[in-house]
Amino acid sequence: MKYFQPEHFEPPRNFLEKSGRQILMLLRDGGDALLITGEAFLCLKDIFQRRREVMRQLFNCGIRSLGVVSIVAMFNGMILALQAGLVLRMYGQEVQVGNLVSQTIVREMGPFLTALILAASVGSAIAAQIGTMQVSNEIAALHVMSVNPASFLVMPRLVAFMVMCPILTIYSNVLGVGGGMLVAWTQLGVEPRAYYDNALQFLTNKEVFVGLFKAWVFGIIVVSVASYQGFTTSNGAVGVGRATRATVVHSFLLILIAGYIITRLFY
Amino acid sequence: MLELRNINKTLGGQSVLRGLSLRVERGETMVVVGSSGAGKSVALKHMIGLLRPDSGEVMIDGQTMHTAGGAELRKLRRWFGMLFQGGALINWINIFDNIALPLRERGESSEKEIKDRVREALEMVNLPQIQHQMPAELSGGMVKRAALARAIVTRPPIVLYDEPTAGLDPILSRNIDRLIQHLQSQMGVTSVVVTHDLVSAFSIGDRVALLHEGRIACMGTPEEFQHHESPLAHEFIAAQFGHNQTFQTA
Repeated sequence: MKYFQPEHFEPPRNFLEKSGRQILMLLRDGGDALLITGEAFLCLKDIFQRRREVMRQLFNCGIRSLGVVSIVAMFNGMILALQAGLVLRMYGQEVQVGNLVSQTIVREMGPFLTALILAASVGSAIAAQIGTMQVSNEIAALHVMSVNPASFLVMPRLVAFMVMCPILTIYSNVLGVGGGMLVAWTQLGVEPRAYYDNALQFLTNKEVFVGLFKAWVFGIIVVSVASYQGFTTSNGAVGVGRATRATVVHSFLLILIAGYIITRLFY
Repeated sequence: MLELRNINKTLGGQSVLRGLSLRVERGETMVVVGSSGAGKSVALKHMIGLLRPDSGEVMIDGQTMHTAGGAELRKLRRWFGMLFQGGALINWINIFDNIALPLRERGESSEKEIKDRVREALEMVNLPQIQHQMPAELSGGMVKRAALARAIVTRPPIVLYDEPTAGLDPILSRNIDRLIQHLQSQMGVTSVVVTHDLVSAFSIGDRVALLHEGRIACMGTPEEFQHHESPLAHEFIAAQFGHNQTFQTA
């Protein structure tokens, strides 16, 4: 993996130059992030050698995010059920709330919210950790010791996200639909059995697997963005803060865009 | 052994190295001194292949470093150990794992051999009891010594030191100097030390070179350097020791 050095440019002379430079930088940054991720995929062969670090990252990514994922997923389902249920009740169709909640959560909201939580909590932490290592010469030290940072740092995190993002999405889906059931029963008077039957009636394997595929892609996006931001950090503590912020913002945007593209491809 | 030939490097629109040429002989300790921003660390990064020159050549024992990439670069870097200014220990693994890291990455040693080598390296830097501590639990001087143990654990023929005494008190600085001399005499390594601490430079250096505006302004043994006709050398020495004073080498 290449060693990223801080860059300095002359200030742009006009708007055209500024815009052109931003477009070129965006393309180059995207290319570099893809190269880092690609190299991390190639380093999957080192997974046994780095099993301790992979386990640590699986724990960080999965178990440590469980609390916040649980709360967000549950309330997401409850809010959806309440909002949709109140409208459906106007047409005497509140029994359909299960279908609406399950479709919305499994297709879109489950993977989307899980990825956003992971981007904000674990992704930002990855950027901060790698960024701090970059500004304190630890990344340079890895290069000097012929340790490939893509294998040592990125690959274990990539594995953790590729495994944990879909697993947490399944967990989040179940909790979300469960939260919807609770609201449907207590607020809308829909029997749990009726809600359950309705929720599963129109849910196909395709919906479940496309949702999980989305979660898998979102996980890769978060690791790519966070790693790239970390490796290109400069300017000490200020730079680390900037990398963390950019990780969250860029991940959110890319998750939204990728979510739309995948939905468009499959439906 | 190690040679920079007419290196030019521009960073951020500023010309940092301007025709830098430097040759370090086998087993020699070359100290590069110079004011902040003179390009000392940039020169060091060229030696280890972290930076590529805009023009010029970096040669390691007759092999080309500046065009090497991938596996070839990793192979050439096996010639080096490097002590970074802040130590650059990986702060989320303990000292043992930090020092064992380059050995484990090479995959050539058994875990028992690695344990022995780490213990031996820590004994060389007089830190035999800190294997299970985390870097954050160590003082500045201990971090430098642990980082030095990591730099030498693979028994490299060349060791680079980036400001080894920066941020340390005079007593600790002299301890680090003695340690570098000790390693030099025990292992016979070729060393390049970048510093602006002249006491350190005159104590450990076989030759001292003054880097100014991206090229070597003057060079010689510590004795020759102190009596060099270059006004830059006079100015640099006077700034540390005062006028009409020289440093007595041991």
